[in-house]
Amino acid sequence: MTNGQPKIRIRNLHKSFGSNQVLRGLNLDIGVGESVVVIGGSGSGKSVLLKCILGLVTPEEGSIQIDGKEVVHISERDREELLKQFGMLFQSGALFDSLKVWENVAFGLIQAHGMPRKQAKGVALEMLASVGLDARVAEMAPAELSGGMRKRVGLARAIATSPKVIFFDEPTTGLDPIMGSIIDRLIVHSVKQMQVTALSITHDMASARRIADRVAMLYNGEIIWDGPVAEIDNADNPHVDQFIHGKAEGPIQMQVRKP
Amino acid sequence: MAALDALALLGRTFLKFLEATGRLAVFVWNAFSRAWRPPFYFRAVGQQMIDIGYYSLPIVGLTAIFAGMVLALQSNIGLARFEAETQIPEIVAFSITRELGPVLAGLMVAGRIGASMAAEIGTMRVTEQIDALVTLATDPFRYLVFPRLLAGLITLPLLVLVADVIGIFGGFVVSVQTFGFNPANFINKVWDYLVWDDIFDGLVKSSVFGFIVTLMGCYQGYYSRGGAEGVGRATTNAVVSASILILVADYFLSALMFGV
Repeated sequence: MTNGQPKIRIRNLHKSFGSNQVLRGLNLDIGVGESVVVIGGSGSGKSVLLKCILGLVTPEEGSIQIDGKEVVHISERDREELLKQFGMLFQSGALFDSLKVWENVAFGLIQAHGMPRKQAKGVALEMLASVGLDARVAEMAPAELSGGMRKRVGLARAIATSPKVIFFDEPTTGLDPIMGSIIDRLIVHSVKQMQVTALSITHDMASARRIADRVAMLYNGEIIWDGPVAEIDNADNPHVDQFIHGKAEGPIQMQVRKP
Repeated sequence: MAALDALALLGRTFLKFLEATGRLAVFVWNAFSRAWRPPFYFRAVGQQMIDIGYYSLPIVGLTAIFAGMVLALQSNIGLARFEAETQIPEIVAFSITRELGPVLAGLMVAGRIGASMAAEIGTMRVTEQIDALVTLATDPFRYLVFPRLLAGLITLPLLVLVADVIGIFGGFVVSVQTFGFNPANFINKVWDYLVWDDIFDGLVKSSVFGFIVTLMGCYQGYYSRGGAEGVGRATTNAVVSASILILVADYFLSALMFGV
C-alpha cells in the first residue's frame, strides 16, 4: 500500500441478508493508484463488498471512507457526486440493451457530466478504439456482441468518464483464457495509463496475478490475508495456499452434497 | 387453535398489505421528490409518450370502435322496449366519454405498456443494469421511473380523447348503416347532449389510470428478483394489479366526480 491516507478505507464492515451473515467485520485499505485484487470463493461476499462501497447495499455496521470522508450514510445527492469519480466493469457487462454500443460508452458523459451527444460520441469512439473495437461495433446493439466484446465495451464505459477509482467485478469470468488475458492486459494498461485506483474481485488466480499490485483474501466475511502479489505463493496461510492451488482438501470447506 | 391460526394468518396478511402499501408510497415519493433536481430527462419523457400514446393507438382505437359499435347495437335493443331508439347517440356519447373510453383504454394500456415496462425494468434489475446506472452517477428513479410516470399521466388522456372520437364514430357507423339514422342528426344530438364535464372528467380519470399503469409497471419491475422467472412474475403482477386498481379507482373517481 502507498503511504499516507488511503483512497478507500474500510473498517469493521458487517452485512447480512436475513440469517446469512456475509461480511463479518471486514477491514481493508486501498492506497491511491494501487491495484488491489480481492480473491475468495463463490459466495464469500466479494460482490457485496463492492456494492457496499458503491452504496448499492447499506452495511449494518462499520465504516467506509473515501479520501478520508465517511460515505456509508451520505445523501443521494452526495452519493451521485461521489460516484462521478468511480467506474465499474460488471461481471456480465451490464450494458444497456436499449442503447447502441457507443451510447452505452457515452452514457456517463452525457447523463452525469452533461456532455453534448456529438462530443460524447467522439469520446466513446476513442474509448472503443482503446479497447480494440472499431466504429462499426459502435453502432451495434449489445445483444449482437460476443462475451469478450461485451467486456471490452464494459471496460470502455468504465474508463470513459476518466474516473479516479475503477472496480472490476470478475473481469475474466466466462471468457476463454486468451480473451481473459487480453482483458487483463487492457485493464492493466488502462489503470497504469490513467493512474487510477483499482479494486478487482475474482477467483481466477491467473487474472489476479496479472492485474494486482496487492492481493487480499476474503474468507468467512473477513480479510484473512493481505500482501503484495509477489508474496502470495509464500503466504504462510493454509486458506490462501488451498485457494491459490485449487486444492479440494484443506481448511476451506465447500458446501457440496456427497454423491 | 384453529381460530388462533386463522387470526395469525389474517394479521400476517394485513401486515404484508401495510408493508406493500408503505413500500409503494416510498417508491412514489422517491420518484417525485427527486425529479425536481437536474438533470431533466426530457428525451426519456418524449420517448415514453410515444411508446404509451402513439404505439398504443391501433389497439386502443380498435377497442374503442368496437365498443362504440356494440354499444349502439345493445342500446337499440334496450331502448326499443321504451320506443326510445332516438336516444342512441346520447347513450353512446355519454357511455364512451365517461366510462368506456377511459376504462378500456386504461385496461388495454395496462396489458401493453404495464407489462412491457415491468419486463424492461425487471430485466434491467436482474441483469445489473440498474446497478450500472447508479455507478454511472444516474439516479434510476429520475432516469427510469419518473419519465414513465409523467408520460403516463400526460399521454393517456390524449389517447382517451382519440378513443372517445373513435368510439362515438363506431356508434355512428352502426346507427347510420344498421338503424338508418340521419348522419347529421346523429352528430347534432351528440354535440347538443355532451357537456364539457363529461369529457373533462373522463380525461381526469384516464390520467389517474395512466399513472396507475405506469406506476405498477415500474414498481413491479424495479423490485423483481430471481432471474427470468422473477421478471415473468413481475410482468403478470403489473398487469393484474394495474387492472384491478383501475377498476377500483374508476368506481371511487366516478362517485367523487359525478356526485353519486
